Amino acid sequence: MTGTAVQPEAGAAPGQSVAPGPPGPLEFEIVPRRGLILVAAVMILLIIGIAANQLWELTFLHVAFGAAWTIIDLFLGLVLGPIMGRMSIPARVEFTTKLMPKMVLIMPTVVTVALASGWQLSTKLGTNLSASPTHGWLVASFIVVGVMAIIALGLLEPANIAVLVELKKPRPNPQVIERLMKRFIYSAGILGVMQVATLVIMTKIATG
Amino acid sequence: MTERRYPPITQLGMLSLGLIVAGGIYLSSHIPQHVPLAPAIALLVASTLVLVVNYVLLRGVRDFAWNRFFQVGRWALLAYVITAGMIEYVFVRNHLRGGPLVILTLSLVIYALQVPTLIGFTVARYDTSDAAPPATSPH
Repeated sequence: MTGTAVQPEAGAAPGQSVAPGPPGPLEFEIVPRRGLILVAAVMILLIIGIAANQLWELTFLHVAFGAAWTIIDLFLGLVLGPIMGRMSIPARVEFTTKLMPKMVLIMPTVVTVALASGWQLSTKLGTNLSASPTHGWLVASFIVVGVMAIIALGLLEPANIAVLVELKKPRPNPQVIERLMKRFIYSAGILGVMQVATLVIMTKIATG
Repeated sequence: MTERRYPPITQLGMLSLGLIVAGGIYLSSHIPQHVPLAPAIALLVASTLVLVVNYVLLRGVRDFAWNRFFQVGRWALLAYVITAGMIEYVFVRNHLRGGPLVILTLSLVIYALQVPTLIGFTVARYDTSDAAPPATSPH
């Protein structure tokens, strides 16, 4: 997973800003505004689901968004990351400007829904009570999710935003982009591996 | 690549988040038993102190792209206040009361301040639009 982002063009001096692709700022939105409508709709669904406190609705929200979180992390960290590392520079830039703005909206939404509905579901089922036979597994899931949250909030999300801001500049610095993309992809890889632990824990809880 | 040397804002931010996450796990893993609040309070206070240290260190950075920091940070703050509000809603919905609610609410305040700080810092450290040219001390 090395070399995952824009490299200086041939002949460029180290540290020199080189626009990797067509000159001028790239046309994309750092936060896709139309996507915010979808995010708001999902958040309203979550509020309704928690307020209604019905088993199917909560299970649906937790399983659907938890699965999305797991799959995205695994796919991004272990499949897309290495592929991006082997892409040509213009292809990498184009792919990044299309993927990363969506990730800005998708990941916080998916994580918030999975966690909030999951806590509500565990409250309803009583699995978060210390007397529950699966309580140990639930605490293990808290620890795994806690570590994942620290990595995602401290490293991955800031790198995601920063690389988009850099790409918006008239002359993006390829070394800055490379550094940030490496941080993003390595973080996603670690989260992907940790998601395997989440899968083990969640299936243990689900099967009692 | 030469890069300016910055205080360990990201590392301290992650430490601050780790402390409140540990406190949250401690409290939530004891439900519904009575749980001594002292360890959770200690973790919250430590997290707050690390957050304050982070702001002090950040304030001391010269030639920093503050415009970019606040531009990105305030939007991130809005987003993370919303997510913190969702988590708070779940706590209140489940009749969490008293000391644990206060500690978890204050932890969410730390979370909603710390994450935008990290995002704003990461963006601003690579921005030279309103800062002096980067120094050349090796990282």
